Amino acid sequence: MRINCPHCGLRDVAEFSYAGDANRTRPDPNSTDMDVWNDYIFNRVNTRGRHHEFWQHNHGCRAHLIVERDSVTHEIFSAELAKKSAIAPIKTAKTKAAKS
Amino acid sequence: MAEYSAWQVIKNAFNGNTDWKQAWRKPEPKSSYDVIIVGGGGHGLSTAYYLAKEFGIRNVAVVEKGSLGQGNVGRNTQAIRSNYLLPENQHFYELCMDMWEGLSQELNYNVMFSQRGVLNIAHHPAQLDQFARRGNAMRLNGIDADLYSRADVGKALPGIDMSEHARFPIYGGLMQKSGGVARHDAVAWGYARAADRLGVDLIENAEVLEFIKDGDQIIGVRTTRGEIRAPKVAVCVAGSTSEVMRRAGIDRMPIESHVLQAFVTESLKPIIHTVATYGGGHLYFSQTDKGSILFGGDIDGYNSWAQRGNLPVVEDVMSEMVTLFPGLARVRLLRSWGGIMDMTMDGAPIITTGPLPGMYLNCGWCYGGFKATPGSGLCFAHAIAKDEPHSKAIPFTLDRFSRGYAIDDKGQGPTPKWH
Amino acid sequence: MKRLSSGLRIDTSVTLRFTFDGKQYTGHAGDTLASALLGSGIKIFGRSFKLHRPRGVMGIGLEEPNALVTIIDNGVREPNIQATMVELRDGLVAVSQNRWPSLDTDFGAINQLGGKVFGAGFYYKTFFGPFRNPRIWHFFEWFIRRAAGLGSAGHVADPALYDRMNAFCDVLVIGAGEAGLEAATKAAEQGQRVIIADLNPPYEATGALASYPNVKVLTRTMVWGAYDSDTFTALERVSEHRAPNHGEPRHRHWVMRAASVVLATGASERPMVFPGNDKPGVMLAGAMAHYAEQFGVLVGEQIAIFTNNDSAYGVARDLANAGASIIAIVDVRSSISDEARITAGLAQTEIILGYGVVKTTGKNAVTGITIQAVDASGKTSGPTREITCDSLGTSGGFTPLISLSVQKGARPNFNENLQAFLPPALPENWHAVGTLVGDGLPHPAPVLLIQAETPEDKAFIDFQHDVTDTDIDLAHREGFTSVEHLKRYTTLGMATDQGRTSHVAGMGRMAALLGKSIAETGTSRLRAPFAGVSLGSIAAERFGHVMPNRLTPMHDWHLENAGQTYAAGLWHRPMAYLHIGETIEQAYVREARAVRATAGLVDVSTLGKIMVQGPDAAEFLNRIYTNMMSTLPVMKARYGLMLREDGILFDDGTAWRLGETEFLVTTTTANAAKVMEHLEYYIQCIWPDLKVVATSVTDHWGAMAISGPQARNILGKVVTGASVENEALPHMGIIHGVIDGVEVMIARLSFSGERAYEVYAPAGHARRVWEALIETGTPLGLVPYGLEALGTLRVEKGHVTGAELDGRTTAADLGLGGMLSKKKPFIGSAMANRDGLIREGRLQLVGLKSLDGRALNGGAHIIENASVSEVATSLGHVTAACYSPELGCYVGLALMSDGRKRIGQKLILSDPLRKMIMPIEVISPHMVDAEGSRMHG
Repeated sequence: MRINCPHCGLRDVAEFSYAGDANRTRPDPNSTDMDVWNDYIFNRVNTRGRHHEFWQHNHGCRAHLIVERDSVTHEIFSAELAKKSAIAPIKTAKTKAAKS
Repeated sequence: MAEYSAWQVIKNAFNGNTDWKQAWRKPEPKSSYDVIIVGGGGHGLSTAYYLAKEFGIRNVAVVEKGSLGQGNVGRNTQAIRSNYLLPENQHFYELCMDMWEGLSQELNYNVMFSQRGVLNIAHHPAQLDQFARRGNAMRLNGIDADLYSRADVGKALPGIDMSEHARFPIYGGLMQKSGGVARHDAVAWGYARAADRLGVDLIENAEVLEFIKDGDQIIGVRTTRGEIRAPKVAVCVAGSTSEVMRRAGIDRMPIESHVLQAFVTESLKPIIHTVATYGGGHLYFSQTDKGSILFGGDIDGYNSWAQRGNLPVVEDVMSEMVTLFPGLARVRLLRSWGGIMDMTMDGAPIITTGPLPGMYLNCGWCYGGFKATPGSGLCFAHAIAKDEPHSKAIPFTLDRFSRGYAIDDKGQGPTPKWH
Repeated sequence: MKRLSSGLRIDTSVTLRFTFDGKQYTGHAGDTLASALLGSGIKIFGRSFKLHRPRGVMGIGLEEPNALVTIIDNGVREPNIQATMVELRDGLVAVSQNRWPSLDTDFGAINQLGGKVFGAGFYYKTFFGPFRNPRIWHFFEWFIRRAAGLGSAGHVADPALYDRMNAFCDVLVIGAGEAGLEAATKAAEQGQRVIIADLNPPYEATGALASYPNVKVLTRTMVWGAYDSDTFTALERVSEHRAPNHGEPRHRHWVMRAASVVLATGASERPMVFPGNDKPGVMLAGAMAHYAEQFGVLVGEQIAIFTNNDSAYGVARDLANAGASIIAIVDVRSSISDEARITAGLAQTEIILGYGVVKTTGKNAVTGITIQAVDASGKTSGPTREITCDSLGTSGGFTPLISLSVQKGARPNFNENLQAFLPPALPENWHAVGTLVGDGLPHPAPVLLIQAETPEDKAFIDFQHDVTDTDIDLAHREGFTSVEHLKRYTTLGMATDQGRTSHVAGMGRMAALLGKSIAETGTSRLRAPFAGVSLGSIAAERFGHVMPNRLTPMHDWHLENAGQTYAAGLWHRPMAYLHIGETIEQAYVREARAVRATAGLVDVSTLGKIMVQGPDAAEFLNRIYTNMMSTLPVMKARYGLMLREDGILFDDGTAWRLGETEFLVTTTTANAAKVMEHLEYYIQCIWPDLKVVATSVTDHWGAMAISGPQARNILGKVVTGASVENEALPHMGIIHGVIDGVEVMIARLSFSGERAYEVYAPAGHARRVWEALIETGTPLGLVPYGLEALGTLRVEKGHVTGAELDGRTTAADLGLGGMLSKKKPFIGSAMANRDGLIREGRLQLVGLKSLDGRALNGGAHIIENASVSEVATSLGHVTAACYSPELGCYVGLALMSDGRKRIGQKLILSDPLRKMIMPIEVISPHMVDAEGSRMHG
């Protein structure tokens, strides 16, 4: 697999490390709603198919990217800097999660 | 159907093996059952068997998307052990170990359970102390474990690089002699045949498209082979858990699906006599009865639903293998494959009633599910039959994460790629 | 057999000597081991896997299932090599496999007597006994394991080099046959960067291509893997066929990224399936012609041919031209084309249509065949006829080598005309050409199988694994009918040839039994590698160098001064500096004692060091650490804790405020990389609005800690440009100074509990600073100390490290609960008070003291009472243990259930692994100077 790092160009997956599901929004730090926190920390959408996820180019420029990738074919549709990403994380509050 | 035995094998040989019967029936699904088990892998089949055998519930259907035993039970590295650190895991896996010891007779099928030992190699004193902590915890709980010296490791694994100049010189190890391997396909087929003999319907090529609900209550499944109803629907689909649960309306689970690769070399005369792990990296290996060295390493490290792996892990695993065994550099890799692991947030499984009424869930086996096959089936059958957890499975709830009762043997927290 | 005067590949003027099973033979330059042995009259090359039947060569290349040998090169063994793939070299040593004592007399052949018993899956039905006892299988397994397996690997380390190369190209052409050459030439002429890889040695046409400057020709190279994003892996056999030049690898691992790829991997012939088809002397027809033309080896002089397609007619002509008599062509088809008939006429042979071979005669080599009329389903009838011959060429059609096109998971298509699986629909930038897609391949009769009348005359489908027609029938009877079940139950296609010669025949049999087409029955998934690949080649440059070494700037000094280093993760660190005659324990006790009495110097360069800079640096650290960092004054340091989001302790370290907007953060050695990723993740993904950056400076600084009552005195003598006195440099203070001309940073921090200072020097000058301290300090009693003494000092103080921060402990567990700020949220704050994290009975940090003078073992557990049974409830475990020079006894740290409440209790330490039981007392983890007067003094 190769990921097109916006800074460095097309690089082998060996240079990157996976940094997790990007379909999550960290709750307000002052929130005391434990359901929201638990959902954020322990639950994942884990899509079979197109999936938004964080990757870090840690053997390169060390940028974190938001990558849209097919988790079955491993085709990569886009990779942009997480810091500047326009991809709005999916709001998780309305859908149903396992109570974990 | 006749019992399998040496006598039958010889008798049939003289009939040209023409009298053997189907190992299991291929029935048409009925419209309803007492229990539907979604997933015809190792755990689904063993659950069906114990429901029928231990709890007398024989009106059971196992619905499988493809053919039986094609998930992780058919694509693992066969290791069986109970050498865990935490008591919750130890108690459960020791139950499994006890069941393995009698499984061939129980199923009347040779699952080739071979107690050749599982050896974790340590490479410095601190690592050996960590292993000792685990080994002592095992011993205190009545599980066998032995601390191996450097010389013991060299004796157990002839050909291993014992040089002082190795990148990670060998310092010692932790051995569980009762650990070993079993023939993975035989486990799936043995449970399938045994469950079938007790009246369980094994329905292949039936993918669950949707769960039928009455309000929130699950009352059946709609499959590619029609609707099937049951008051109890048990989900046991390992790597596919998130997608199957989505079909029941649950969008997020404490699970990520990752790929774990496995590798075999060409067939060799016996050269590796135990199961062992390398403490300088991430590698485990054994040799099959057919002679192939069967080995693997870390998961690829990112969500994947493809049953195939990436190149960097192949390169890592091969380098570690020849680092330990520099005499095997010319031996050849014959095949590789990948399985989808249902990685949880603490590396431990989930066996539970719910999360919806009428539903039961068994998942989260990470890359260690094969060795759990008997115990998982028994405990899950218990949960289904009695609506309460088996005594050895009480900790493996879904709500342990939110309550702060994670069973984190590796101490890595909610980052599945590190478990 | 006859050796001809010439062959296209061989140079008859060069004679090469080699041995096979200890016997001397000769061949020519250009020979393969197979052609040279065939040319020397050898018929039996090996024994089959299960039944130990004698087997000869079947093919010419990777499809070969039978002729597997072990090559021995200076004691290094290379098992299971196809003799057809070994290029002959002078002095080659080859031995046959899976036989004892010899190929001709193999005791394992006794298995053939039990052939009927050893049907598919028989071992699942027996060998386990009627009662529960796993030893029963273990007993049988011992014998089965020894009977199974092919060649033997050895223990002699491979001295060869392996190498890796990355390559990029516009067009990757895989296979340099006709179609591949054409594609490569066209791309080359268009000016594209081309790589063409071919399995075989170079020949004229590949030489011609190599003259294009934009073409890289890789011969003896097998592309074996198709990975994501058009990444391909290949094995180049650089110097397997000759002695390597100096520094030259044996194999090279190629990782090639291609903008487009042309698959031209070709097709390989497959045999007919009929009784007795495994007898030495029965070969693929095309292989016979190939040996004659390329290697000048006529494998027989009285040759019969058995076929279902036209290709064998050309073979007959070629073999006749080479000097053989073609006795007959037996064809299962009832009619053939005029073209075939004309071709056969040139061979002056009899054509027998609508017939099949039902038996072969001869003990260890074929001496004749019996034929009988056969219908389209393979059923035979009518009178039989015997034909005398000395070899039999068979052709059952061709199997395109589609592996690379399907490794990613797409299913291939079955083509009825070709009776073969062809590549699936390919991505836009992938092209398949030549015989791989069926171009130029003959159309055979539908796959059929002639069954044996008697069980002795087996019809083999998978030769190496001895899978016969009856095994497939049994699998069908028992319901193992899906492709994957069939494969696993019978082991069809799982041999080292990966089913090249067997797969279609096996599928054909199952399809016939099910009354389905092969297309409906399907095929199992082909996976990497395309064919066997040496483990060493994939390890490549990491063979012998599995992981990098990280050395501190003072590493050489440690070695020069008797530092006993060991690998801790990637780092090499000194455990202790041994004086002559000292044990490690004596050395660390001496070193630790010196630190408390005078002073010691320890290398702490491995600590993670991260610069956190920017206007929001303080706010960022407030969120990262449990305690407040924004209130830290400039040029002061503070101890800090980090939690994970789930409220569990993640790491501890210090933050040094070097300016309003600038912090140096230190981490534990083990977690350095993880903490760095953690900070970057939060900066970039969670709080992108914060103006802050983090930079790893671990390798920029060499770091050393000088501790002990004399530390300040020694430091004062070497530091210029700044005062190290308490007013200028109090506990947790920081100064800039100069040591021996090197600008350094000094923070007064103490891990040992003594008056201590961490000195940070630019890595390139750190050894100079270290030596300056040693030189000035030694007369004042300064000693270098290693990790063991460092560990001892921290145990005495109850300071925690990775053994206690084990990913399950909370701050409160370790007595650090007070460091969790209540004034601000931080990572983990929301989760830190969940029920499971504050419950009774959690493991807490305590100290332990040995009560009988023996050492505590790391990893031992604490129990209430000693008893006869070793089974007991663990109250906790020892995380670190040492001899305490200060307390004069063996002590340790432990994590213990409700430990703080148990301080003062006398309990038992149990270490069943090392057979030790001893009395201990639970004590406070702060064993030395609990009030901290020394480090503040």
